Amino acid sequence: MTPRRRRLFWVLGIVAGVGIAGALALRAFQQNVMFYFDPSRIAAGEVKPGQRFRLGGMVEQGSVSRTPGSLEVRFVVTDFKHQVAVRYDNVLPDLFREGAGVVAHGRLDASGTFVADEVLAKHDEKYMPPEVARSLQAGKSAAAAPSGEAR
Amino acid sequence: MAWVWFHRFGSPPHFYRLATRLTPWFAWPAALLCLAGLIGGLVLAPPDYQQGDGFRIIYVHAPAAWLSLMVYVVMATSAAVGLIWRMTVAYAVSASCAVIGASFTALALATGMLWGRPMWGTYWEWDPRLTSELLLLFLYLGYLGLRNSIDDVGRADRASAVLAIVGVVNVPIIHYSVIWWNSLHQAPSVMKFGRPTMPAAMLVPLLLMLAGFTAYFVALLLIRARGELLRRERNAHWTAEAAGATATG
Repeated sequence: MTPRRRRLFWVLGIVAGVGIAGALALRAFQQNVMFYFDPSRIAAGEVKPGQRFRLGGMVEQGSVSRTPGSLEVRFVVTDFKHQVAVRYDNVLPDLFREGAGVVAHGRLDASGTFVADEVLAKHDEKYMPPEVARSLQAGKSAAAAPSGEAR
Repeated sequence: MAWVWFHRFGSPPHFYRLATRLTPWFAWPAALLCLAGLIGGLVLAPPDYQQGDGFRIIYVHAPAAWLSLMVYVVMATSAAVGLIWRMTVAYAVSASCAVIGASFTALALATGMLWGRPMWGTYWEWDPRLTSELLLLFLYLGYLGLRNSIDDVGRADRASAVLAIVGVVNVPIIHYSVIWWNSLHQAPSVMKFGRPTMPAAMLVPLLLMLAGFTAYFVALLLIRARGELLRRERNAHWTAEAAGATATG
């Protein structure tokens, strides 16, 4: 084996070794790397009572209600399998919308309501001009209208 | 032999001449592509349906973030080539990458924070994508710090090359962080399989900016690598000739 080839194997060995170590470490810390829990994980009991965590999912359509005369807002976060009710008492970010992604930081209270002290809007990777969005919306609500009141 | 081109490429005077000749072929396209991309992105592209005009920061943020990864791959690859073939030119290229890469990383982080405040509601969140990108900045700074702390060029080359090679595992982690884990940062719109989730009027300026940033990086790298080679080979015969050629020509 020439010295050059030996150095080549050394470099490949370092990359492979660090890569495998990194992959194993990330697998082991999967729970801690997880930025937020979705409602299904909460329903499965993965969150201990009183633990502070982040809740992520979609704001359910038509679930946002505000208490008049205060900042308090209530909404439901869903992953289309399970739901979690959220209460928040502060200013919401610009991109907070019904049907859009959201990440809230806080804890569950005794009644199972998630009391948030921070709400962040999670943007998706879709970009489009406003006219396109309007016509898409019009098409969708026309299609959904007959069954829209079922819930 | 098939390897002749490779060894020719590794000869400092040859590389120096090649780099001098190639620089304008990247610098001018870089300026034109960025100009076209900025006009397309800031003037011609329609606003986004949710973010309004705020989305236009993507035309700086996404190319900077893309380059922050690409520069690292170039830096680590040339460091590995230098380590394996003991090639001065490869080490010079690797050393020239670090400042450029650190600048792109800092730009990506800064523009992302400015966008995050109004859109997400926070400047910073310890999200996998943001954290791994910050780690990339520290890798670049660590590489620079390590080089600067060792006076002997040969030892600095070898030590920093190992650091660069070890850090390369972070590159796929940054790219896939938004796919592997729940993350606040959105998934890629362009750099993925399947169709980009963006109309052509928004996408074309973004691709122009990507090409422009890449050409800018190559031009900058060629200029910096020339300086690095002159500094390393200041006692060699060809350096005086090269300096004389630029002085008279």
